[in-house]
Amino acid sequence: MRHLIPEFEKLRERFPAGFESSMVLPCVRRIQEDRGYVADEDISQLAAYLGVPQIQIEEVLSFYTMFRRRPVGRWQLQFCHNVSCSMNGAERVLEHVQKKLGIRPGETTPDGRFTLSTAECLGSCGTAPMMMVNEGYHEDLTIAKIDELLEGLK
Amino acid sequence: MPGRQLIMSFPVTATSHSLDEYRARGGYGALEKALRTMTPAEVTKEVTASGLQGRGGAAFEVGRKWQVVVYDDGQPHYLIANADEGEPGTFKDRWILENNPHVLLESMLISSYALGVRNCFVYIRGEFDLPYRRLAGAVEEAYAAGYFGERILGTDFCCDIVVYRGAGAYVAGEASGLIASLEGKKGYPRNRPPRLTVKGLYQRPTVVNNVESLSNVAWIIAHGAAAFKEIGTPKSPGTRLFSVSGHVNRPGVYEVELGYPWMKFLEEDCGGVRDGRAIKCVVPGGVSSKVLTGAEIRDLPLSHEALWDAGSTLGSGGMIVIAEGTCMVTLSQILMRFYHHESCGQCTPCRHGMGWLHRIMDRIVAGQGRPEDIERLYYISKFNDGTTICGLGDAAGYAISGILDKFRGEFEYYIEHKRSRFQGNLECPRSS
Repeated sequence: MRHLIPEFEKLRERFPAGFESSMVLPCVRRIQEDRGYVADEDISQLAAYLGVPQIQIEEVLSFYTMFRRRPVGRWQLQFCHNVSCSMNGAERVLEHVQKKLGIRPGETTPDGRFTLSTAECLGSCGTAPMMMVNEGYHEDLTIAKIDELLEGLK
Repeated sequence: MPGRQLIMSFPVTATSHSLDEYRARGGYGALEKALRTMTPAEVTKEVTASGLQGRGGAAFEVGRKWQVVVYDDGQPHYLIANADEGEPGTFKDRWILENNPHVLLESMLISSYALGVRNCFVYIRGEFDLPYRRLAGAVEEAYAAGYFGERILGTDFCCDIVVYRGAGAYVAGEASGLIASLEGKKGYPRNRPPRLTVKGLYQRPTVVNNVESLSNVAWIIAHGAAAFKEIGTPKSPGTRLFSVSGHVNRPGVYEVELGYPWMKFLEEDCGGVRDGRAIKCVVPGGVSSKVLTGAEIRDLPLSHEALWDAGSTLGSGGMIVIAEGTCMVTLSQILMRFYHHESCGQCTPCRHGMGWLHRIMDRIVAGQGRPEDIERLYYISKFNDGTTICGLGDAAGYAISGILDKFRGEFEYYIEHKRSRFQGNLECPRSS
């Protein structure tokens, strides 16, 4: 993470003095964007840089669903399967993707291209069903729409 | 259009979220008015007099929360907009963040002025991408125009803002969990007292308000509390943003004047139920609110008091319309899986209770339910209620007991016949 320190210094300027602890979440997020996941050395280096206990960072990593300790596929597909999405066919759409990719939620394709997972409500209930592909929202999904989308994700 | 509109009062275009267009609609006029003609105490008085209730779920009066903060107690105060929208069925704050971010920023500036806040924050849920980019863009625009920073509009008022991204935890939407998260820790809620307005972020007095609640402040200051009270009902002034989803023909976010007839709203504005079906039930305000049947809502207006009288709540405004033919047992299984997944594990009744509720629902749906399971679901809901730090476990209990109260027969059928009366169906065909 050391090469990110100049960025973190800029971030620090936006917070009031004494808010170093608050920088844990944004710093972890940035490290993950950079490396693809958070490694052990990132934890110790970030703890030293911010002056927070290492355990605080480890707790954060295990508490929040968006943080990960291991790499995932190039394209992370997260399907919402909460009430409104399920009422609009989320299970059917997910079933189709499972068959097409040959993986189940929590798994990655052997070529490292896709990781599939399920998620709880992502706030797209009016445009259900939906999935996230990495950071982006894809809404009003149909099987045809998904086929076309997956084709474009190399 | 269901009554008057305060927040969604303009047509959405590719550029309507920009500062220029916000200003062309009169934006930042209320900030000028507050800074140049009103004292902080007058702003708080006006917001209190408006009777504005919180729009995040509890409908606690915004002014009453603010009044706990002592303006000149010599400590830093903080204001946080809660944009951790995660209650299933709710996507209305997202609308504000994407389409009208400056109304939130202007309202936060006015609120910060009233509360003696130098640093304010927006805590936005981590998955939100476009809403974050729109809000962050609006913050840059507002800084460049001199609305944030030092000596705003040439007055002595100074204020900075940070947009803070969450990382995927429903419980961080609870105000004290949110504060722990904003302090860079896991989002564990904490017991009150002390209230957050006494000891909040880094132990300083902190006001946490929902995005929509705050977004009303600019209008109230521009037009006055009296004008605001003319909208809505005497006990529910103003409007609410409802996010409507499920089996309706036109789902989406609608701003509705409180007191508006519910069925009229669903039939005329939301295009009625798909496939010409009848309404089986409606989740009125996020899945933590108790469902009401089609018959129960027939003559109800959309107001806080009417929903409370009916044994439910407008909650977060996340309205899910469920058509006849939907399996409430399968739907309950999803709900209990959700609460189990989101329980933070801090309090024993919730940590164990949520898993227990989930396991019971799983076995009923797998055709292995036992006759005593229904009473057990009630029992778990009851022992959770009020025994935990935050309301997550309570909410799961309200959700499942609300469904059981009204659709007990479906559960009994499923347990006895080892299959759903409605083939486990959750979908409703779209009207052609």
